[in-house]
Amino acid sequence: MNDTILETQAMTREFSGFVAVDGVSLSVRTGSIHALIGPNGAGKTTCFNLLTKFLQPTRGRILFKGRDITGLAPAQVARLGLVRSFQISAVFPKLTALENVRLALQRARGASFDFWRSERVLDRYNERAMALLTDVGLDHAGDLLAGMLPYGQKRALEIATTLALDPEMLLLDEPTAGMGHEDVERIVALIRRIRPGRTILMVEHNLSVVEGLCDIITVLTRGRVLAEGDYATVSAHPEVISAYLGTAHA
Amino acid sequence: MFGLDRDQAIGTLLLIALLIIAPFILYPVFVMQLLCAALFACAFNLMIGYVGLLSFGHAAFFGMGCYVAAWTMKHWHIDALAAILMGGVAGAALGLPLGWLAIRRSGIYFAMITLALAQMVYFFCVEAPFTGGEDGIQQVPRGHLFGFINLNNDMAMYWLVAAVFLAGFLLIHRIVHSPFGQVLKSIRENEPRATSLGYRTDDYKLIAFVLSTCLAGVAGGAKALVFGIATLTDVHYSTSGEVVLTTLLGGLGTVFGPVVGAAVVVSMENYLARFGDWVTVTQGAVFMVCVLAFRRGIVGEIAARLKLSL
Repeated sequence: MNDTILETQAMTREFSGFVAVDGVSLSVRTGSIHALIGPNGAGKTTCFNLLTKFLQPTRGRILFKGRDITGLAPAQVARLGLVRSFQISAVFPKLTALENVRLALQRARGASFDFWRSERVLDRYNERAMALLTDVGLDHAGDLLAGMLPYGQKRALEIATTLALDPEMLLLDEPTAGMGHEDVERIVALIRRIRPGRTILMVEHNLSVVEGLCDIITVLTRGRVLAEGDYATVSAHPEVISAYLGTAHA
Repeated sequence: MFGLDRDQAIGTLLLIALLIIAPFILYPVFVMQLLCAALFACAFNLMIGYVGLLSFGHAAFFGMGCYVAAWTMKHWHIDALAAILMGGVAGAALGLPLGWLAIRRSGIYFAMITLALAQMVYFFCVEAPFTGGEDGIQQVPRGHLFGFINLNNDMAMYWLVAAVFLAGFLLIHRIVHSPFGQVLKSIRENEPRATSLGYRTDDYKLIAFVLSTCLAGVAGGAKALVFGIATLTDVHYSTSGEVVLTTLLGGLGTVFGPVVGAAVVVSMENYLARFGDWVTVTQGAVFMVCVLAFRRGIVGEIAARLKLSL
């Protein structure tokens, strides 16, 4: 089956004359791990911001599960099951790891406007939150402040928080950026483990991660799609070699 | 209870003990003035301390609470507690549209928008007939509580104000330590992330704003009854500035900070009153020392040193 979960049609975003994303038509297959690569300034993160509605496209359409989401607000997109992570690790630093995950569970399961109730009603989410933390190897960190965790563990916490929403599709913005070798391996293993039943679109700079993990790769340069295909196809593409690999290995 | 942890529970018991003995040691009207200022600062702290939004126009809600409580008391002769609560209704009713406009921006823009809106409220109060313009609303009767307790007795009035203050104080604490409060803190920490988890953050900010303005209105209402007067000073931007000063001095985002800050500021105003303009100069100096030497405020600094959660 070649079902498409997320599709963009000639998605374009201009910033006062500068075209950051120029007529990008993406099509992400349900259940795949799809990578978005390209040199700095190629428009990868802008694409993410457009897909999750943190930015509004100037032109073009975005379809998620066949539904037009072009005009929706970011929180609505998240509620539909399209959840993103951020390039800079996005945790709530002055809350504990457990509270971080609980915040996602609390949203998914309601009761978030109750200002007259004790926060102890949230204890019923503790078990599920701990299970999610254990899943990403943070079973020791439940009571620690998220801001105090080492970088790799912050990223793991971020993934645990995202998974708490049980999203159909995850958008991961450079999940291994700035990590040491061991942490990279751990995150890659984690992504493999969470993959069943989900679709993942990720921006990634580390090509060895992309090679081992991703089914389809889209290469962006200067806001346009340069090439698309599996790793072998894309890495053999002459323009990709000059535009991306060429500069990366210069 | 009310989500207080051990340190905070001890602090609260101490606070209640002080509330009980204070009118026997100090002049009750002075303590009432302090409590009104403290409740106002606690309400303000809900926005700055837990949502991370600095409102520079909170006097509008405090002052409107004053006017509405004074007016309803004087013209409708309603119960004293009802008049104070009318102040809260006024604060919330004004907070809803103004908050709806202001929460669309954050940081300095939020502060400037709240200031601008509060100035509009100020000029409305100068012109509107019901406020009495420059004269304000004077000779407001304190009336009766539940129809039979005569509040012209300072001690009776004191217990009412102390009860209103304590209820407001505990309500704010409950709000901060509720499922809703947890979301507020996440917005303060990282708003884009809260959005990406599916929270419509504007809704949360607006509810917090209205709760804050409602309690500011209650504080204003109580003050109007204590002094029997509602004037332009209560809606003036200097009152907005004073609540910022009070909260910073006591400690942003701490439970007891605004109360301690109010105690310091109101005491300075009272005991230094005979030095005239020097009050303002002294306040300015204290404020500068606070910002330079102990940025966490009095309570924030004590809590950090002793590793307590106050």
